[in-house]
Amino acid sequence: MACFIVPAAEAIIVSVAKRRIRQKELAGGADQDAGSGVSLSRKLGWLNSLLWGGCLLLAVEHVWHGEVVLWPPFLTAMKTPEEIPVMLGEMATVGVSMAVFVTLVWGVVCLIADHKSRKAIPTSNISITEGA
Amino acid sequence: MCLLLTALAAVVTTIVWYVHAPVDKYKVSMLCMIYWGATLMWCVDGIACLIEGEPFIETQKAAAVADDALLGFTVIVCGMLVWTIALLIKDPKNVLGRMFTKVQSQTR
Repeated sequence: MACFIVPAAEAIIVSVAKRRIRQKELAGGADQDAGSGVSLSRKLGWLNSLLWGGCLLLAVEHVWHGEVVLWPPFLTAMKTPEEIPVMLGEMATVGVSMAVFVTLVWGVVCLIADHKSRKAIPTSNISITEGA
Repeated sequence: MCLLLTALAAVVTTIVWYVHAPVDKYKVSMLCMIYWGATLMWCVDGIACLIEGEPFIETQKAAAVADDALLGFTVIVCGMLVWTIALLIKDPKNVLGRMFTKVQSQTR
């Protein structure tokens, strides 16, 4: 009904956080994490794209099924009072699960990226010294 | 069907991104993320359907399958549309920038 609203809310928060962290990173002169090769703002950019992309395509699906309309009240479930608790229930279960699942997958991707970049840094150092 | 088509689009774009990586001039990674985000969310939706006793993917009713397939293609086109708009705004080859400067210099 409106499950995509929960990941959309997370996407807004992530967008704001990403912008602030990026500004801090640029102000500090560091473009990368201290412990790894991938900056936090870049990682948040991945989460941002996952969430916004998913929300956008799910919104298309909801429009297709007539659950979302382009005029007020935008959500067709809002028209009938009996459907509002059902909609809120779906947001609390399916919507929250979507947001948590996407964030978990992003967390795993970040761990892999950190692991890969940590492995790559010593290798690149060796190749540089070998080349010199 | 919609989930399967979006997952297929996600896999294909990921392969395209990987072939050209680390160069990502045309922001294919963004298209990958759009499709992967939707795929993950629809997976959760499918699991919720399973819990409610409905099938993960509808395969029995032909009309529902056809409608879902059409939705899948629509969703893929929408993803590409967003990516194209983002690409034109970013304009990595500065095509639009050069075009507008040309037009401006011609009008002067």
